[in-house]
Amino acid sequence: MPDTVALPPRSRPFDVRYMPGFTSMAWLCLIGLYAPLLIMAFFSFNESRSVTTFTDFSFRWYQIAADNAGVKDATILSLKLAALSTVFATIAATMAGLATTRTRSFKGQAFVFAVINQPLMIPEIVTAVGTLTFFGIIKQVTGIQSFGFLVLAHTVFCIPFAYMPIRARLEDMDLTFEHVAADLYASPWKAFRYVTFPMMLPGIIAGAMLAFVISLDDVIISLLVAGAGETTLPVWMIGQLRRGLTPEVNAISTVLLGVTIIFVSFFFFLTFRKRK
Amino acid sequence: MSNPAVAVEAQGVTKIFGSGEEQVRALDNVSVTIRENEFFTLLGPSGCGKTTLLRLIAGFEHPTDGHILLHGEHIAHLPPFQRPVNTVFQNYALFPHMTVADNIGFGLEMQGMPKQDVARVVDEMLTLVRMENLGRRRTSQLSGGQQQRVALARALAPKPKVLLLDEPLSALDLKLRKEMQIELKRLQNETGITFVFVTHDQEEALTMSDRVAVMNAGNILQIGAPRTIYDHPSERFVAHFIGETNFVEAELIEIDGRNGRVQLPSGAEVPASLPDVDLSPGKVTVVIRPEHVDLVPDAGVLQGTIDNVVYFGTDTHYHLHLDDGTPFVARLQNQRDSAAAFTEGDKAGITVKDNAIQVLVD
Repeated sequence: MPDTVALPPRSRPFDVRYMPGFTSMAWLCLIGLYAPLLIMAFFSFNESRSVTTFTDFSFRWYQIAADNAGVKDATILSLKLAALSTVFATIAATMAGLATTRTRSFKGQAFVFAVINQPLMIPEIVTAVGTLTFFGIIKQVTGIQSFGFLVLAHTVFCIPFAYMPIRARLEDMDLTFEHVAADLYASPWKAFRYVTFPMMLPGIIAGAMLAFVISLDDVIISLLVAGAGETTLPVWMIGQLRRGLTPEVNAISTVLLGVTIIFVSFFFFLTFRKRK
Repeated sequence: MSNPAVAVEAQGVTKIFGSGEEQVRALDNVSVTIRENEFFTLLGPSGCGKTTLLRLIAGFEHPTDGHILLHGEHIAHLPPFQRPVNTVFQNYALFPHMTVADNIGFGLEMQGMPKQDVARVVDEMLTLVRMENLGRRRTSQLSGGQQQRVALARALAPKPKVLLLDEPLSALDLKLRKEMQIELKRLQNETGITFVFVTHDQEEALTMSDRVAVMNAGNILQIGAPRTIYDHPSERFVAHFIGETNFVEAELIEIDGRNGRVQLPSGAEVPASLPDVDLSPGKVTVVIRPEHVDLVPDAGVLQGTIDNVVYFGTDTHYHLHLDDGTPFVARLQNQRDSAAAFTEGDKAGITVKDNAIQVLVD
């Protein structure tokens, strides 16, 4: 029988701190994740057109991007699209969250989870092709051309992202609060209005922020589903890149990165903040 | 038909959870009448059905069978928010997104009371639970005892016909719990509201209640004043659950109403109290409380040998075994300057005070 190894105090099995190579592996991952972003952000401030040699610090490319009518239109469309699909997706996700945590467990609940989260599992290109076909048929039959199609497509894939934090929040909330409300003469609607909703609000906001970022960043579905003239910002950028990498795209990417970081930070703040 | 003195009545209430193999009978044909303005306690170990009965009165569960009446009216079909009954929950569940005052006023607001009136009642309630000036606080800034008071004030503010309390003191430390026991009793006296209190703590039940219902395995075994429950338990479970008790096998030889005579294993014949059921002479179990006996050097009515002497300050516990091997405990009050009269290994006689032998049903 081998001697028992003296473990450091308060250690746990698989404590990564005591595994050989942990530090170098961690650094490798961090560099792999963030070096490209840092380099991109760095060159967006380059005075010259080059994306490989830095000459002088400047906001020139930000100015050029801001003055570009194409960028402006695409940004407005992207924001409109993200805002609308966020609203719809968050409403749907809130209702789904309530239905899956605030009712007695029902038959097929696991199936409902799977269906709601399906968009996370199916390859996006498959969803995109499917949506394209489906909307194509509808457009042909009805003759309707509308921005609504794009909003609908975005709403659908945003739902699971909005749903996750909302459901997590609801599962953390003791059902006793709703019982207290009911005990104190609150009808189901009033209990929701004055107790459940205000208490789940941080989850809803977190879900909405995540949905907004996901919609804002989407390329594949927008690329395939968008109608004529409906160019979102990422789609516009893809078009630019076909003609070559410019610091202008770097600048736009850096702005998008900044917006995303702000939203995601807020999301984590709302989700993991100490409660009580 | 409605009796004004009755606050809550359960008639043949059965509650079954689950179905098929996994079904659990939480309440089995339970009937109980709770009088108006009384402090009524449901006492029993966890899983005995006491909380289920409370939740049935509150409306969070529906009876599988039987009726629940509030002031003579059937309420089993009403949802919780339509019942003039409020609950104090075990973990208080104060709304974290509201101030103390908003918490207390919640029920009144939901009933549609005008804002100024709500504010006035909230102030009254804050005074009642001695938390004046704390109305603006967030609930997270309160101590456990203060949270308990807010939960009480919140449940009392709408002036319910019955206040249900689900082990509200179990989260408090011992000192605070004692304080709140007195506080609860005071609140009940001042408001005149019927309190239905659920606990597994026998001492809590005995100190606060007007009447106690002892429950086990979905049944109510005995209902009575604390003193009756303690001095005259009718069933082995009740005797066992409340306080320390000696069980002695005996022979019932004479029955006269609720009085009788039993022959103890030593052969001595002594008077005994009988439970409120028909009994016939024969083998019975009697209970004798440890503090209702005395030890004497001569024969007494029972004889035993002392195994162990434990000094407790106010009293001394003598652990004996009777001549037939039955364990027996005697608890004797210590007098000033009294030395332990008996030590381990001594033979002693046991005398029993009048009216201290109770015959059990089973």
